[in-house]
Amino acid sequence: MEPVSLIAVTVIGHDRPGIIADATAGLAGLGLNLEDSTMTLLRGHFAMMLICSGDRSPAEVEDALAPLTADGRLQVSARAVPDEDAVDVLGRRPYVLTVHGGDRPGIVSAVTRVLAAAGGNITDLTTRLTGDLYVAVAEVDLPADADADAVAMRLRDAGTELGVGVTLRPQETDVL
Amino acid sequence: MSIADWTEADLGVPGRVLTVVRAPDPVLSTPSPQVDPGDPEVVQLAADLVATMRVSPGCVGLAGCQVGVSAHVFAVDVSQHPKTRTTHGTFVLCNAEVVEATRKEKGREGCMSVPDLTGDVKRATRLTVRGLLPGSGEELTVETDAFEARALQHEIDHCAGFLFLDRVAGAHAVFPRQTYL
Repeated sequence: MEPVSLIAVTVIGHDRPGIIADATAGLAGLGLNLEDSTMTLLRGHFAMMLICSGDRSPAEVEDALAPLTADGRLQVSARAVPDEDAVDVLGRRPYVLTVHGGDRPGIVSAVTRVLAAAGGNITDLTTRLTGDLYVAVAEVDLPADADADAVAMRLRDAGTELGVGVTLRPQETDVL
Repeated sequence: MSIADWTEADLGVPGRVLTVVRAPDPVLSTPSPQVDPGDPEVVQLAADLVATMRVSPGCVGLAGCQVGVSAHVFAVDVSQHPKTRTTHGTFVLCNAEVVEATRKEKGREGCMSVPDLTGDVKRATRLTVRGLLPGSGEELTVETDAFEARALQHEIDHCAGFLFLDRVAGAHAVFPRQTYL
């Protein structure tokens, strides 16, 4: 069997009804299979990223999605990406990080620098700015041997310097 | 006395409507110190919290820090809310703490101090809280469930310097607010 290649596709730009229908129709027309995808609105802009698999080149994908970009208000890119090894879930513990406070440059970089220094890996991140309030919520995997209380204290210290509140707590998972 | 029999008339002072402060005001991220429930300023604050809660559409609870006063006092009244099962009407507690909390469930919360966002937060749906009545200082234990339990935990969090944002379930659990009351 031919090795199946993975292609990362991003679509960003002016929002309107039908973008996802059009994009996925183009991918289906090439026989590509949608794997993981995420889509949201960022300050009103449509933003979608997805990984699809199939025996097609990135250039073929961009050609198939070219009608989306015809009016110049959407940008599409397709790039080949390698297979990633499965994440070692046993060696990591999931936490949720919240940062909120007055908007100023450098909040996310200062806080995530502390996490990176502790070997923490961010697996999901949302930030929002509403009025003067800046909010960031991240899901973070810490190494199993990390001292989470010490990391939480360093995060609070970093937050105090920036004048923002920072909390780190274990992510609760109910396995039914 | 039973907390359900309490009314703000028991405070003996008229409440004033205060301005509700919004994040990122630092008073909301600061733990509120415990209070003397017999202090006339605390009694006045209790009356003010009830008065401010009453005039705020959809408001089911208000903590001292939300009107800019760092004091471990909050008012609650969930009696008109559709998600309420048990309700003890309007009441104010000082120095309240959670004694027992079980049966966590996820629910979407908003806050007058974070007017543009909501978030999914897991809270206990069976709750026992102990606190002091403003004025008399009588210690009361409140056992409740469902929405009143959620409101009490939200207010006790305010007194500890936490917003619902500090409790949301994950990166996809914060939302722009869709409806304003």
